[in-house]
Amino acid sequence: MLREEELKTFVDGTTRYFEVAAQQPATIGSPYLLEGEPAMHDYTGIISISGKREGVVYFTAPRAMLTVLLMKMQENDFSHESMRDLVGEVANTISGNARRDFGHDFVISVPSVLTGDKPDIPHKPGARSFVIPINWRSHSAKLVVSLT
Amino acid sequence: MSTDSHPDGGRRQVRLLIVDDSNIVRRRIERSQRLGEIEVVGTASNGIEALELARRTDPDLVTMDLTMPQMDGIECISRLIELKPSMRILVISALADKATAVQAMEQGANGFLHKPFTDRQLNDAIAELIF
Repeated sequence: MLREEELKTFVDGTTRYFEVAAQQPATIGSPYLLEGEPAMHDYTGIISISGKREGVVYFTAPRAMLTVLLMKMQENDFSHESMRDLVGEVANTISGNARRDFGHDFVISVPSVLTGDKPDIPHKPGARSFVIPINWRSHSAKLVVSLT
Repeated sequence: MSTDSHPDGGRRQVRLLIVDDSNIVRRRIERSQRLGEIEVVGTASNGIEALELARRTDPDLVTMDLTMPQMDGIECISRLIELKPSMRILVISALADKATAVQAMEQGANGFLHKPFTDRQLNDAIAELIF
């Protein structure tokens, strides 16, 4: 089961992503234990975890935030496909970076992407889910870590 | 590897193939290499596409993602090295554990850059492999 101290890995990964890729730090709020269904944003990038840990890591963000992120990356394609690509890449990068602490047996899938505010997120029985709030410029997003 | 001189005194451009399943990452790498001594000869979104393109375009240098559908980067690296042993391969991946880097190097990769990365980190990593 995911321990609270393990969350630091994901907080650090999220911090690093915004500092480097968006060239502007995000404010990361205090993680909290998820009870019930989280409020989802327009786009959600999901990484399935297998190996020594099982579960999912997902990044959910509103279209407006992703648009500004793409602009900061000097992108000029703001299509639905680019939004999908970006949420998947953020989830992939943060999850992949977590192997620095979780090791080689923390196996990550290629990203899958869901849209809409009520996506059906797979949940592993016995997993504890934590929400890491992300505030960047005037936008809010979440990273959810749900691991056995 | 060095950029070879052409008979007319100019330098031969290094031929770069970009492999990543993210369009955004492929475009980002491509944009950073528009000027200078590197010519982008193709982009691929998985290992199978990369092998087909490598046969057609004869790249000198490949930037290689690892987590991709159909054929992942580790398998693709060894297949590319079979195809052209002198090919230089820079892995660009989010996978940050040491064992993955060692595995990629054992398959024939020459460098490893972790995502996320800055343009400067990317250009320095490429320069280390080709100049």
